[in-house]
Amino acid sequence: MIVVPCPNCGPRNASDLRNCGETVVRPNPSTTSLREWRTYLYIRENPAGWLTETWYCRNGCRRYFTIERNTSTNEIRENNS
Amino acid sequence: MWRRHTLKSHYDVIIIGGGIHGLATAYYLAKNHGITNVAVVDKGYLGGGGSGRNTAIVRSNYLTPEGVAFYDRSLELYNTMATDLNLNVMFSRRGHLTLAHTDSALRTMNWRAEVNKLAGVDSSVIGPQEVKELAPSLDVSTGTRYPILGALYHPPGGIVRHDAVVWGYARAADHLGVELHQETEVLDILVTGGEGPDGKGHGGKVTGIRTNRGDISSPVVVNCTAGWASLISNMAGVPLPITTHPLQAAVTEPCKVFLPTVVVSGSLHVYVSQTDRGELVFGASVDPVGTYRVNGTLEFIEELAGHVLELMPGISKMRLLRQWSGLCDMTPDYSPVMGYTQVAGYLVDVGWGTYGFKAGPVSGETMAESIAIGRNADLIASFGIERFTEGDLVGEKGAAAVGH
Repeated sequence: MIVVPCPNCGPRNASDLRNCGETVVRPNPSTTSLREWRTYLYIRENPAGWLTETWYCRNGCRRYFTIERNTSTNEIRENNS
Repeated sequence: MWRRHTLKSHYDVIIIGGGIHGLATAYYLAKNHGITNVAVVDKGYLGGGGSGRNTAIVRSNYLTPEGVAFYDRSLELYNTMATDLNLNVMFSRRGHLTLAHTDSALRTMNWRAEVNKLAGVDSSVIGPQEVKELAPSLDVSTGTRYPILGALYHPPGGIVRHDAVVWGYARAADHLGVELHQETEVLDILVTGGEGPDGKGHGGKVTGIRTNRGDISSPVVVNCTAGWASLISNMAGVPLPITTHPLQAAVTEPCKVFLPTVVVSGSLHVYVSQTDRGELVFGASVDPVGTYRVNGTLEFIEELAGHVLELMPGISKMRLLRQWSGLCDMTPDYSPVMGYTQVAGYLVDVGWGTYGFKAGPVSGETMAESIAIGRNADLIASFGIERFTEGDLVGEKGAAAVGH
């Protein structure tokens, strides 16, 4: 089981949270082009290595937060950026 | 079964990925279109990825008309494969049950059945008693947490020995002159004239690939990988709408044959069939966290066992022999990404999620046709990569990973 460090609840089993996937920057919907918007919606880098991703503390504090996880090893480090 | 070759400096077509999709593409290129100066390269061994890890189920009772037509052609090719490839692939056409435990699932089953019938596919919704007649080991009583309210019954579905499919295509392609290069890892895809860094990306043109055994030139490079599809595609500057998730499976010790059909439950995230050797093969939906790590987990086994016993309480004493996992490239709409891309000469046959095995033959056939005619074959027209920029997705809720 992947153990995810929630900044509020501390280490929790991944099954207590929801993985929201790769963190992507949301373009401004009123100024973006359709192509950019759909790239934001669908296209992912999907790296085999360090990835910045968003989690939702579903069964705990319900906070959204980002961490960095190595998708080859599932090692996690807290996101300092 | 097939020969080893030294790597040439040029091929007419290079196929990355020596699984069912890559080998089938090579075979149909040679057989149907006479294109034989073809290399299939794989960083490991043939059939070592998803081709050898899937649960070997074939069916065509999908939800979208595009999906039904496509998978039905695949089933046709599986039907005659043993003769075509002169190898017993042990296709057992035993029928396929997709159980409905909720009203909404039953609604989807009815929807699927009507789409299937319209396409001429044998598929219908049956009640709990008929389910019990087909598979007596299933608990169809009403007091359970997830009562079986009915099922989508698809008689042409079945199971195939997946390794034999790999060997059959590999041997047949080899006989036709295709070169199969194992332990040949692609390090880069060579592209010129594109908008991105190093001339890659939109508007570029493929000139070849760089491997751990040297550079090879080719005007056509096809990405037939699963698990590593995004990594390979990024080498050409073509980002994909894919997230890679592991899917776990398990097999029990062999026992006397008692389960005559393939049984699937979307709500319980489990599918089960019994092999000719008597082992029960279980599969599940993909793990909820995307990762390239393919180790098995205890929570998967716990959840799987719980769900299987809700369906078949009689097998509580059976022991699991082993579990394994494979990588699934999930797309947002549960349909694959196939055909030409924004880089000329670079084609993809990726995003196969949980349905790559059953689509192997038809993918090979249509990818080979697309290469030969210089545009996407009609059968895969709706699966092009441009649907994600044009917003024209093909929502395939009949896929195995989709809960109802």
